Amino acid sequence: MNIAIVKYNAGNIQSVLYALERIGLSALVTDDAEQIQKADKVIFPGVGEARTAMQYLQERNLDQLIQNLKQPVLGICLGMQLMCAHSEENETTCLGIFENKVKYFTSDTPTIKVPQMGWNTISQLKTNLFHQIPEKSYAYFVHGYYAELSEYTIATTHYIQPYSSALQKDNFYGVQFHPEKSAAIGEQILQNFIHI
Amino acid sequence: MLTKRIIPCLDIKDGRTVKGVNFEDIKDAGDPVTLAALYAAQGADELVFLDITATVEKRKTLSELVNKIAHRINIPFTVGGGIRSIDDVSVLLQNGADKISINTAAFENPFLIELIAKNFGSQCVVLAIDAKKEEDDEWYVYLHGGRTKTNRLVKDWANQAVSLGVGEILLTSMNHDGTKQGFALDITSQLAMALPVPIIASGGGGTEQHFYDVFTEGKADAALAASIFHYKEMSIPHLKNGLSQKGITMRL
Repeated sequence: MNIAIVKYNAGNIQSVLYALERIGLSALVTDDAEQIQKADKVIFPGVGEARTAMQYLQERNLDQLIQNLKQPVLGICLGMQLMCAHSEENETTCLGIFENKVKYFTSDTPTIKVPQMGWNTISQLKTNLFHQIPEKSYAYFVHGYYAELSEYTIATTHYIQPYSSALQKDNFYGVQFHPEKSAAIGEQILQNFIHI
Repeated sequence: MLTKRIIPCLDIKDGRTVKGVNFEDIKDAGDPVTLAALYAAQGADELVFLDITATVEKRKTLSELVNKIAHRINIPFTVGGGIRSIDDVSVLLQNGADKISINTAAFENPFLIELIAKNFGSQCVVLAIDAKKEEDDEWYVYLHGGRTKTNRLVKDWANQAVSLGVGEILLTSMNHDGTKQGFALDITSQLAMALPVPIIASGGGGTEQHFYDVFTEGKADAALAASIFHYKEMSIPHLKNGLSQKGITMRL
């Protein structure tokens, strides 16, 4: 099993690598087109800002590479948002794999913080990505922007309003939460992705 | 719903846990990685590691420790203590820390906050504030582990720090720390109501009721404690179950 983690100018890439190592897997962190293309599974992680991340990907032609991958791809957090059509974060045109728009959380209540930071539930779970994951399991989130609900939604979370905490279209999967930091549930989700 | 968070804090010196004793069920009480793994398995929502080593070798020891923790722990963790530069931050994040906490260095050089937030994102910048209520009933910022008083009001400093890019505030009341008489509800709720970032309350947690109060009246997003967990005065599952039964949203 060859797992490639896409290396780009975003944080938490090491955390994803370490999480795979904890469940007995190794992965290659790389921005090399050939290595990514020939991998069995590709993970597209990320914590950061949408526009600079997209620019970085475009400068290296990684944008087209990711769009054309045929093996299972898992976007995490910013990675998932970049797989959507557009992000309100600095009005960025993204990869357009999912037709969703990514919007900024707005709250009128002072004690409801933006970004959302912490543990929240994932519900209405669909696809094998959530094999053996109970409804309303807790996952760890850190994000100020969210993907709207759509036909691609495979997990729903409620913060201010319901939104897509996971998306799927063909071979592309995306999760808004951090499976690499979501305790045993997160490790199970990573395992599930590897077995897709 | 987003849960309230329970965060055990481990003080580290020369790569070992200080304070931690009396652990019958773990072989090496001084090993922070073992203790952290135990807390994570018990349902801690996050962990904070505070390095109090004062030697020149500390940075290397700490980054090695952070790397070991990151390989072992499957929940988010924050590392703090003596972070003074963007390079310090970079090394810790590369070794797997999710967030870093800064205190005195940020007060002396607020630009550091902006620099870290710009390079690594606000989500990884936790501002630790040691606060003390003086006779004039105002809360003041203290530095150098509580040894140096400043004339800056906590609310003013917290406000400025958030505008510079801090993503979370770890507020420790020096009046309450170590007393086990409850958290500082007034300043905690004041910051929680005024600021758009989560507030982690620290200092004074001794009973389940104290945690209940700080999440309701204190409006804290998270509560941190050390000795009550280290000395097994309270177990994390017991605390979280109790709070959940009282209506506080907890990850069980």
